[in-house]
Amino acid sequence: MTTERTQPDLLYSEEEEALRAAVRDLLADHCDAPGVIARTESDTPHDLAAWKALADGMGLAGLLVPEAQGGQGATHREVAVVLEELGRAVAPVPYLTSAVVATEALLACDADDLLAELASGRRIGALAVALNVAPGGAYKVVRHEDGGLHGELTAIADAVVADVLLIPADDGGLYAVDASAATVTPQVSFDLTRPLATVTLDAARGRLLGDAEPAVRRALTAGAGLLASEQLGLADWTLTETVRYLKERKQFNRPVGGFQALKHRLAQLWLEVVNLRAAARNAADALARGDSGAETAVAVTVAQAYAASVAVHAAEEALQLHAGIGMTWEHPVHLYLKRAKADSIAYGTAGAHRARLAELVDLQAP
Amino acid sequence: MTDAVELKRRTAELLAAHPPATTDRQTFLKARFDAGLAWVHYPEGLGGLGAPRSLQAVVDAELEASGAPDNDPRRNGIGLGMAAPTILKYGTEEQKQRFLRPLWVGEEIWCQLFSEPGAGSDLAALGTRAVREGDSWVVNGQKVWTSGAHNSRWAILIARTDPDVPKHRGITYFLCDMTDPGVDVRPLRQITGEAEFNEVFLTDVRIPDSRRLGETGDGWKVAQTTLNNERVAIGGMRLPREGGMIGPASRTWRERPELRTQDLHQRLLKLWVDSEVARLTAERLRQQLVAGQPGPEGAGMKLAFARLNQEISGLEVELRGEEGLLYDDWTMRRPELVDFTGRDAGYRYLRSKGNSIEGGTTEVLLNIVAERVLGLPSEPRTDKDLAWKDLAR
Repeated sequence: MTTERTQPDLLYSEEEEALRAAVRDLLADHCDAPGVIARTESDTPHDLAAWKALADGMGLAGLLVPEAQGGQGATHREVAVVLEELGRAVAPVPYLTSAVVATEALLACDADDLLAELASGRRIGALAVALNVAPGGAYKVVRHEDGGLHGELTAIADAVVADVLLIPADDGGLYAVDASAATVTPQVSFDLTRPLATVTLDAARGRLLGDAEPAVRRALTAGAGLLASEQLGLADWTLTETVRYLKERKQFNRPVGGFQALKHRLAQLWLEVVNLRAAARNAADALARGDSGAETAVAVTVAQAYAASVAVHAAEEALQLHAGIGMTWEHPVHLYLKRAKADSIAYGTAGAHRARLAELVDLQAP
Repeated sequence: MTDAVELKRRTAELLAAHPPATTDRQTFLKARFDAGLAWVHYPEGLGGLGAPRSLQAVVDAELEASGAPDNDPRRNGIGLGMAAPTILKYGTEEQKQRFLRPLWVGEEIWCQLFSEPGAGSDLAALGTRAVREGDSWVVNGQKVWTSGAHNSRWAILIARTDPDVPKHRGITYFLCDMTDPGVDVRPLRQITGEAEFNEVFLTDVRIPDSRRLGETGDGWKVAQTTLNNERVAIGGMRLPREGGMIGPASRTWRERPELRTQDLHQRLLKLWVDSEVARLTAERLRQQLVAGQPGPEGAGMKLAFARLNQEISGLEVELRGEEGLLYDDWTMRRPELVDFTGRDAGYRYLRSKGNSIEGGTTEVLLNIVAERVLGLPSEPRTDKDLAWKDLAR
């Protein structure tokens, strides 16, 4: 597949850099590592104060929503920058799930009132599709019977803080269900900063929003494409922090970072992060431009086929090179490793994205 | 002011005065150089107009559309990519006037006499001697891995002019006439079977002092300009999707379903993704350069492409099964330039082994990234204060 298209814009604009600085400042005040660690052990792992500051204070929940529908009318490029910063902080806020995935699902439906509520941050939404489902992958649905919804859905990210759940049903519809009408039960999650829950519906009343299939596909495509930016932020933080630590930490009467064996590993990691930045920007740019379905799909699958290994590798190297201290609960590197590993499954594994890519670029399986 | 409009006007003027259809190639190229449209960022009178480098694309597009001949830049890669920027920065006015025009139009091909059998990654340890005699320098020594020496009219050369000071300080940079007596170019046959590189033996070669580039003893500093340009060259490329080695491998996969296995499929897809990501990284670097914000990413591009070339060509040999047991031609050829995609996968596999060695080994480049980009402590340097003549060898 050698067809050319207009070149993507892979740089950051000045406005995007200003947005980054503002989000980073905010997270420095709200989401320091000891605070995030303490929160993971409480009954409220999500940081709703940080969420309120992001959504209410800065209006970031509505970036993807046109101004006419109550949002900011920005694009996936700006959202990607926000996610880079959220990844750097492993911030426990429902941004990817509500402001991206649920919002994209609503944008595919006719639901302006809900969209405006999510955009304002007054309510949090969650698409009730398991976090591991890839765009175009099969997902579980609930039974629609006698005007009510029945069934159980598992591994729903950030459902515990959601006010409204977007539920796919067996009649092909996507339904909005008030969280109070469902039973949401926290699951013990590997990633403590993006916890999962089961959603149980027992004749719950829902409002039909539209067709589930296109809405879910659109939501997961955006989720997968922009997750790469979160993974980039995460990898960038772990690399930066590891380099900083290895310049300080001395063994054998030398800074550990002066040993060539370690320098080469860190240089290698830097190369991977540089590559991921290009891939993540490309995916965000393709989503923002609303390129043809196939071209955006290639950009998203390439980013997701590449991102997980980099983020996991960066977090694993960070742990190993921090050595003993990296194994402790008090050092935040474990939060990053858990997020990176969970992200490697979220919205489809690298393998799932490679399989999709094989079809997109005509490299068919045997 | 030289902006895009002005450059288009000048290009149209050149085309009107020298219609490509009726103008001989060399004449056209010389006229283009004299019009300042060869490399627009060079000074006036030296093939340029002192315009922003990014505007070269405007000129190139206009000329390409009109069917004008180009200067076949691959044929003189070392001249254009390395010798020219170094001469521009350190040359005397006389040197710039004498060398840049025939270099750019391709009348004179250049090679690079840097590496030696005893000085590869540790280039500054080189032992080729240049001794001052009146107005000349007398050079003796042996160089190696000199690509294209057999086609070259000129060489950039670094030689030791003072063995009594530490190695970096006793080197001087020269422009060496390859037709001079005492320059002996011998083919060096490589693992591919061909002799793209050479050994060059220098025996009492006399170089006039007027062909010294930069101050005596300043050769290492001058050479840094050359080497930095060598590594930048790869980052500026604009590749289409599947533009590198992944192209032939992907085509083989599509055209030969009988060769497909599950294992090869997984590996091919991974390399396809890596190639696309490397392409995007190169494009991002290019955009940074155009925007006037060069990033350190260039240091990584050579590393990425070396690995990709090696892994993809290795995979393709395997993919070809029975044919992978064969080789297209072991004749000792002496090519003018390396043709990576015109030959079989076996050739590409063997040739690409050099990609992680030439222009700085992967190991040295990783050190450079670690030290200059990440700021990690440098390797202990035990030779820093020792005179070159006292170094272990």
